[in-house]
Amino acid sequence: MTKIGLEIHCQLTKLESKLFCSCKANYREFEPNHNICPVCMGLPGSLPRLNQKAVKSATSIAMALNCQTPEKIAFFRKNYFYPDLPKNFQITQLNVYGDMSVGGEGYVEVEGKKIKIRRIQLEEDPGRLIYEGASDRTKITLVDYNRAGTPLVEIVTDPDFENPRQVRVFLNILSDLLENLGVAEPGLEGAMRADGNVSIEGGNKVEIKNIGSFHDLEKALHFELTRQQSLSERDIEIAMETRHWDDRRKITISSRSKEEDQDYRYFLENDIPWVKIEQDTRDALKENMPESISSKKERYVKKFDIAPQVAEIIASDRYYSKLFEGAYSEHNAKDIANLITTDVIGFIDTKEKQQTSKITPKHLSDLIDAINAKTITRNSAKVALQEIMKSGKDTKTILKEMDLGQVSDSSEINAIISQIFEDEKQAVIDAKERPETVNFLVGKVMQKTKGKADPTKTLELIKSKLNQ
Amino acid sequence: MNLNTSILQYIEDVKSGSFTSEEFVTETLQRIKDVDENVHAYLSLNDSAINDAKSIDKKISSGEKVGKCYGFPISIKDNICITGMKTTCASKILENFIAPYTATVVNHLNDEDAVITGKTNLDEFAMGLTTEFSAFGPTKNPWNLDCVPGGSSGGSAASVAANECLASLGSDTGGSVRNPASFCSVVGLKPTYGLISRYGLISYANSIEQIGPMTKNVKDSAFLLNVISGQDVNDDTTIDNKNPDYLQDIESGIEGKKIGIIKEMTNDGLSSEVSIATKESIQDFESLGASCDEISLPTIPYTVAAYYTITSTEAGSNLARYDNIRYGYEMESEGYEYNSYISKSRMKFGPEVTRRIILGGFVPSAGHAGKYFLKALKVKSKLISEINNAFEKFDYLIAPTAPVQPFQFGEKIDDPVTLMLLDYNTVTANLTGKPAISVPYRVSNGLPIGMQIMANSLEEKSLFQAAYALENKTKLPEVPL
Repeated sequence: MTKIGLEIHCQLTKLESKLFCSCKANYREFEPNHNICPVCMGLPGSLPRLNQKAVKSATSIAMALNCQTPEKIAFFRKNYFYPDLPKNFQITQLNVYGDMSVGGEGYVEVEGKKIKIRRIQLEEDPGRLIYEGASDRTKITLVDYNRAGTPLVEIVTDPDFENPRQVRVFLNILSDLLENLGVAEPGLEGAMRADGNVSIEGGNKVEIKNIGSFHDLEKALHFELTRQQSLSERDIEIAMETRHWDDRRKITISSRSKEEDQDYRYFLENDIPWVKIEQDTRDALKENMPESISSKKERYVKKFDIAPQVAEIIASDRYYSKLFEGAYSEHNAKDIANLITTDVIGFIDTKEKQQTSKITPKHLSDLIDAINAKTITRNSAKVALQEIMKSGKDTKTILKEMDLGQVSDSSEINAIISQIFEDEKQAVIDAKERPETVNFLVGKVMQKTKGKADPTKTLELIKSKLNQ
Repeated sequence: MNLNTSILQYIEDVKSGSFTSEEFVTETLQRIKDVDENVHAYLSLNDSAINDAKSIDKKISSGEKVGKCYGFPISIKDNICITGMKTTCASKILENFIAPYTATVVNHLNDEDAVITGKTNLDEFAMGLTTEFSAFGPTKNPWNLDCVPGGSSGGSAASVAANECLASLGSDTGGSVRNPASFCSVVGLKPTYGLISRYGLISYANSIEQIGPMTKNVKDSAFLLNVISGQDVNDDTTIDNKNPDYLQDIESGIEGKKIGIIKEMTNDGLSSEVSIATKESIQDFESLGASCDEISLPTIPYTVAAYYTITSTEAGSNLARYDNIRYGYEMESEGYEYNSYISKSRMKFGPEVTRRIILGGFVPSAGHAGKYFLKALKVKSKLISEINNAFEKFDYLIAPTAPVQPFQFGEKIDDPVTLMLLDYNTVTANLTGKPAISVPYRVSNGLPIGMQIMANSLEEKSLFQAAYALENKTKLPEVPL
């Protein structure tokens, strides 16, 4: 049986400062090595000062992933030499003598299957190495320490995934959840990274590292599965090893360094005393936790009779659910939900568009009101949406400026119909003989009115004129 | 002007106008010029010491608010950072390191208007007991220049003993304040873990080490503790001591107090001079109205092994940052792969540091941790419960600070195990976090002997009372230098 496990790293970018100093957690806007201080540079004599807010954020992640959260947590040193690591050890967490990391033994439900979360730990991100000329064969390696010390949460799953698709669904759920908690921005470049481990029936476990994006992760897992299956078919043993994802060639390559043999000599980081997480704190975190995606979905379905697929889409995206929550009222919730999933999503399909779009919940409720009052047609609403997105002007102004108001006045429509009957004599004859061709005439009226004519009324009036 | 004076006497004299800070500091710098060629207590001097003294004098004469130190000269061990000055740890790898920040303790001293004379010698990265492991040459004992001053704060102890300053700050990981204090006949305090901020102290074994004052007498030690102790936002391990006045009630004596004489520290291994002094000190304590009883702490014989296991593990990690990339030796990296470069450059550490880094790579490693590192942690927690039990019965636990008197250079340096045993009586206070003080007690054959008193956590006030009482029972000669 195929077994896939994940190790996900997620930066707590919503925090103000780094894990052990007051440098910015959002290092991205700085010139290289301009977001550093003696503490995150590990200068001799400096000491870490634990960011208590990071402990809270990590604890709330653990809670949202249904983990056990211990009363006391501790930090450990993971000792290894690497140029991006200022102290040549990383301050992280470990569960060796019981539960000492922020959480463990949790789960996430993916398509009805429970994916177990083995542990969640809070740790510092290292700096970044930049190979000049973007090749690891060049002589010069540059080090940027701006990222060093950024609060990072590591989430380790059991090898519960059966295929790469499940992994993708899980990662979508997880990143929605982290965003929904307000602790991370998974969309930021490098803010969320994942390593995988893969084994097939009868084979050893292979770890894959150095995967740049979730998109590549799925590719890497596919490649690795195919590689292992083809070895297995030829009776070649699958070696237990660490492989690196080659981004350029889109294949995994065996790492020459024996990382699995590396001894990190873990021991307690005594510069940070044990952190007590009082019951009060945990209760408060639980209370202030945003509604989970699954309970949101359930509420939408039960309370408003929204289709489960529609509810799922809205509940799992912070942006859409915010729009929905702000716009709905008892009588129009279903319409609002449908408007979001049929039209809004088409226009606002990326995070960037979410950021630049000027749509507010008020716009949506106004549009639905207008449709229901037959002031505009659905088609016109779609046109209006595009304009609202760009200008943000209120719905009435836009309908007026774009002349999108629905024509339902019988005399006005009749005048247009008479004109059409004049112009399309053959079609009128056809329609009289074969009533099913009447839609052609309706279409002509819509064309003439730029889609503003009330279609039901138009059909009614045409039929009665044909019978005259 | 007598340079062999105390901080408290100095403050009286400056307040009464007998001399100014500038005059005293100038005289002290002259003394350094005269004797330090032989003693080698200092690694570097503060160029602005006289200017600092002048501006403090100006505050005093103009009636402006002046800090409680009144410009007395103090030296600082060279593993404590002061911005603008080199902090070398007596190591070639930090030979030119200038920290961009100042240690919290030094900030406290500056705030209270002390004058920093300079940075004092130590064993490389504070690892050693004789100062012979300094990369810049050993410090000599002012009582006998052929003898070691103790270590690792040997430069600090010698600078105080030789009147090259009125006090010094050292650091104590396993006895590094108390041992040289004993060897040089000065008072050395290792406070409760967390009482003094370590921010700016370059870590060797951060779970057990503390900065400590080294002074001419017990009252000066209490005075300095008032200045440098207290919670610090830059050090998460500091504790709130509610800032008591350690000088208050210091003369109240120890009548009726119970003293435990630690059997394992007073039986075997003591030189006859130290053994005699120990017996005499017990008589002195009893004459002061305290009752003395022997107590056995059966874990003590394992403490030195546990101490070196724990400290090497932490040292191996704390010193990993010296990878010769951002600071270090002059060494061309051309032609080296990363790991081979740093391993080559790190071979330039001195022998004791190298020994402990190697040990620190071994004892916590997979497959060995259970046999060594984890066992050492067990010894530590067993020792803590033994000591806590002892303090239910006793107010103080005593023993000689060092089992022997100062010895000659080269005598023990090639025998690391014998050297390590010099720590036998001092490491317990570090492993348990308890405060301990070394009080000058005898000078026998021209060489000092110090007595160590240990108290329960945060009982520094009581500890000073006992130390002050013992100090008053003895009259010691002046240093012959």
